[in-house]
Amino acid sequence: MEGGPPVTEKLDRVVVRFAGDSGDGMQLTGDRFTTASALLGNDLATFPDYPAEIRAPAGTLGGVSAFQVHISDHDISTHGDSPNVLVAMNPAGLKASIDMMEHGTVVIVNIDSFDERSLAKAGYAQSPLTDGSLHDYDVYEVPMTSLTQEVCKEVGVKPRDAERSKNFFALGLVSWLFTRPIEGTLAWIDEKFKKNELVAEANRRAFRAGFDFGETAELFHVRYEVTPAPFKGGEYVNITGNTALAWGLIAAAERSGLSLFLGSYPITPASDILHELSKRKEFGVRTFQAEDEIAGIGSALGAAYGGALGVTTTSGPGLDLKAEMIGLAISLELPLIIVDVQRAGPSTGLPTKTEQSDLLQALYGRHGESPLPVVAASTPAQCFDAAIEAARIAVTYRTPVILLSDAYLANGSEPWLIPDVDDLPSFSPDFADGPNAVDPEGSPTFLPYLRDPITMARPWAPPGAIGLEHRIGGLEKAVDAGSVSYDGANHEAMSMVRKERIAHIATDIPATALDDPSGSAKVCVVGWGSTYGALNAGVERVRAAGGEAAHVHLMHLNPLPADLGEVLSAYDTVLVPELNLGQLVTVLRATYLIDAIPLSKVRGVPFKAAEIEAAILSAIGETR
Amino acid sequence: MTSVEVPLTTRKDWSSDQEVRWCPGCGDYNILAAIQMMMPDLGVRREKTVFVSGIGCASRFPYYMNTYGVHSIHGRAPSIATGLAATRPDLDVWVICGDGDALSIGGNHFIHALRRNIRLNILVFNNQIYGLTKGQYSPTSETGKVTKSTPFGSIDQPFNPISLAIGAEASFVARTHDMDRAHMQATFTQAHAHDGAAFVEVYQNCNVFNDGAFESITGKANRSSMLIPLVHGEPIRFGEDGERGVIQRTDGHLEIVEVSDVGEDAILRHNAHAEDPGLAFALSRLSRGVHDPTPIGVFRSVDRQEYGAQMTHQVDEATAARGKGDLAQLFRSATSWTVD
Ligand SMILES: Cc1ncc(C[n+]2csc(CCOP(=O)(O)OP(=O)(O)O)c2C)c(N)n1
Ligand code: SF4
Ligand SMILES: [Mg+2]
Repeated sequence: MEGGPPVTEKLDRVVVRFAGDSGDGMQLTGDRFTTASALLGNDLATFPDYPAEIRAPAGTLGGVSAFQVHISDHDISTHGDSPNVLVAMNPAGLKASIDMMEHGTVVIVNIDSFDERSLAKAGYAQSPLTDGSLHDYDVYEVPMTSLTQEVCKEVGVKPRDAERSKNFFALGLVSWLFTRPIEGTLAWIDEKFKKNELVAEANRRAFRAGFDFGETAELFHVRYEVTPAPFKGGEYVNITGNTALAWGLIAAAERSGLSLFLGSYPITPASDILHELSKRKEFGVRTFQAEDEIAGIGSALGAAYGGALGVTTTSGPGLDLKAEMIGLAISLELPLIIVDVQRAGPSTGLPTKTEQSDLLQALYGRHGESPLPVVAASTPAQCFDAAIEAARIAVTYRTPVILLSDAYLANGSEPWLIPDVDDLPSFSPDFADGPNAVDPEGSPTFLPYLRDPITMARPWAPPGAIGLEHRIGGLEKAVDAGSVSYDGANHEAMSMVRKERIAHIATDIPATALDDPSGSAKVCVVGWGSTYGALNAGVERVRAAGGEAAHVHLMHLNPLPADLGEVLSAYDTVLVPELNLGQLVTVLRATYLIDAIPLSKVRGVPFKAAEIEAAILSAIGETR
Repeated sequence: MTSVEVPLTTRKDWSSDQEVRWCPGCGDYNILAAIQMMMPDLGVRREKTVFVSGIGCASRFPYYMNTYGVHSIHGRAPSIATGLAATRPDLDVWVICGDGDALSIGGNHFIHALRRNIRLNILVFNNQIYGLTKGQYSPTSETGKVTKSTPFGSIDQPFNPISLAIGAEASFVARTHDMDRAHMQATFTQAHAHDGAAFVEVYQNCNVFNDGAFESITGKANRSSMLIPLVHGEPIRFGEDGERGVIQRTDGHLEIVEVSDVGEDAILRHNAHAEDPGLAFALSRLSRGVHDPTPIGVFRSVDRQEYGAQMTHQVDEATAARGKGDLAQLFRSATSWTVD
């Protein structure tokens, strides 16, 4: 490689992937690189990709933990189809990621970990660094472990502990490579490790050593610069879906004057919502780690009955357990939010991998005729709005609402424009405070199932109000009166009311947001949930190449926007990409009698923009 | 709450207008009457009282009380009541379950409510049978019991609900029976006064599917010789003239003896407030079935931090330390940056 100072090359976007062992601190490294880039003003999207085991056997493919971040100088919506730069801390990290890389891209390896044992553990018979298999990549071999140990010698930490700072060396090197300022990261290290000054010092030294290595080793002949993206003015934070969702719930409680109660049982990838809410007691948030998922939702329903904003959070297996209680909530007509952070199933499935395969369960997964509203979040930051919307519907219409997120949204992050609190939606619980009818003798009385003529919602009458004492339960209730009724005609009337009152919510949600700039596209891509980024990017690619495609992304899955059938029937082809085997597409076909076609993927990872682009192009080809 | 503000009420005020639908002669009627009659004396308000139940004959109970009430789903009443009590410390929450409801399908919620010590009055109507589903054996049915689902006799070892509750760290554990209104009322009143989770097992006769299950101990003629009243601070004696009693042997075991054989001073004095649950547990093991003399009354009643109050305390502490939550501040709790 030629000498001389490196030149700085400007890139409009770059995808960096950190891959190493679960114990190598890749999530922390990626996260910090992300924050540094966010502070620099880049747009970004992240994708943490980690194994189900906390510490799978070290050095194996199963134990690889990776963090991918896409940074750019313009608006982006995905974590990037394939990395431009891979930092591989060990052979397994390399092996697990190399197939994602296109030829000519940059691979930086920690050469110290490419010994025979580690190669064997990763399943390499020969070193890929010497057998020519990486011939088409721009490979940099950096002795990260030994250089880290070297600079940490004087700190007084043991060599084994010093070795653990090598991810900071990698962070320093990548920070140099992408011309990220170092001050912020040094300050962050001080803060993060303030409880252990030795470790803080080791990390600082390793970080600086990595940065200086880039500068002085004359190994790299280019550095890259990604300039700020043109963001709308305002204050931003980088936020994950789980944090945004938790904050949305707090905001919903604040904006409705309700106190927030979360009943939950830990499960990946939903637990961080429980963790986040548990920290926020100054908002009056009560969090309850229940004995199981049934008690999680049971306690939330009990809190809702008492007049709180009741929430339960879970993932697929937990949603299975909650089904019966959701049915009770439907029968009791009480506000309740059930958050399902979807992961690949069935059963334990792939606990840390993303999938959208709970849609039909959310819509239909209960016995009896038991409709409820379903709302889905589309990006990490949008989890905030989706949570408020779920709460608004639940409270206004006195109904359980299922809010769908997934593993990709939960852990992925993006910049979020901090909203002005006064601009957030507000809604009122409007508790019953007195009798709402007169009995045959002419005295005032309270009928717990007498409905509001506009919302079709029944009164919410928590205990405590004098004269409103009443009994409710899961047995069928008489229309209006709410007393037990075994009458068949009454049951049919109540079933119709339950159906219509949920369908009626369509009058209170936005019309279909159709993205079809030319108005003459023949193919419309319809998605929901976390595929928003990939669909958006795929459609943009088609348009950039002169093609035409429309995009509809649904936040309300039940009821669907009132005009959706009409909107979709205008297209020759309706393409429905989903990370499942065709669930929304089934609903659209059944509901609108349109020949919508599925595009399915269940590999535990999101769609790539290129996959969507290809599917659109092939659909366009067929419409000609 | 002082009793002065509470309006005077009668049984009628606490009775809903719903027609009671248990089988004629069912023990549940006696329990309902005992509670409806007791409520005016508890010094509580109707609108602050909630009955939460599961599913089963026993669980129809809330419909008959003129209070707030939820008839929920099988086994889950303790979980619903927990969320209610945790967010509404101003309410009196009663949980009504059957033996199947509380100890089979809802066993998990039952033990966890007890260990947390949340302020609930949990009454389990134990008829040792599944009533509503027409007579299958329950987790309290005796081994060998012949029912529709055990035509060759049950091979299950039953639960002893009192032992189970003590093992689950319950702070208040009692037993009463449907044939003695005064005893029921005295027991429920103590449960209500307890600041924490209070569990009362109520022996209840299902005259359709398990008639006379407790006759050998609760029948008028058998009571004095077969029921051992537990009264805090009193010697544990029973029999027509208190001629029998309970002693603790040197090996720690409890034994029923003739008082005349051992002398009055040797008789064990009941201490329901003992921190160590050992004696209460031993008392719960004294009877192995309805053919042994069986203790009734309060086995255990100890003070322990109540769950809801602690939850509220944490909220109050956090609010005092950090100030009332402010959304604008929350949104900036991660590193933020500004774009002009
Ligand atoms: C999930 C569920 N499983 C089963 C049932 C059927 N079921 C209703 S009540 C009951 C048992 C009732 O026995 P117990 O709890 O002892 O109450 P009892 O009727 O004896 O008062 C069963 C099995 C149900 N309602 N729900
Ligand atoms: S079946 Fe038994 S428990 Fe149920 S109401 Fe009849 S007598 Fe009572
Ligand atoms: Mg029973």
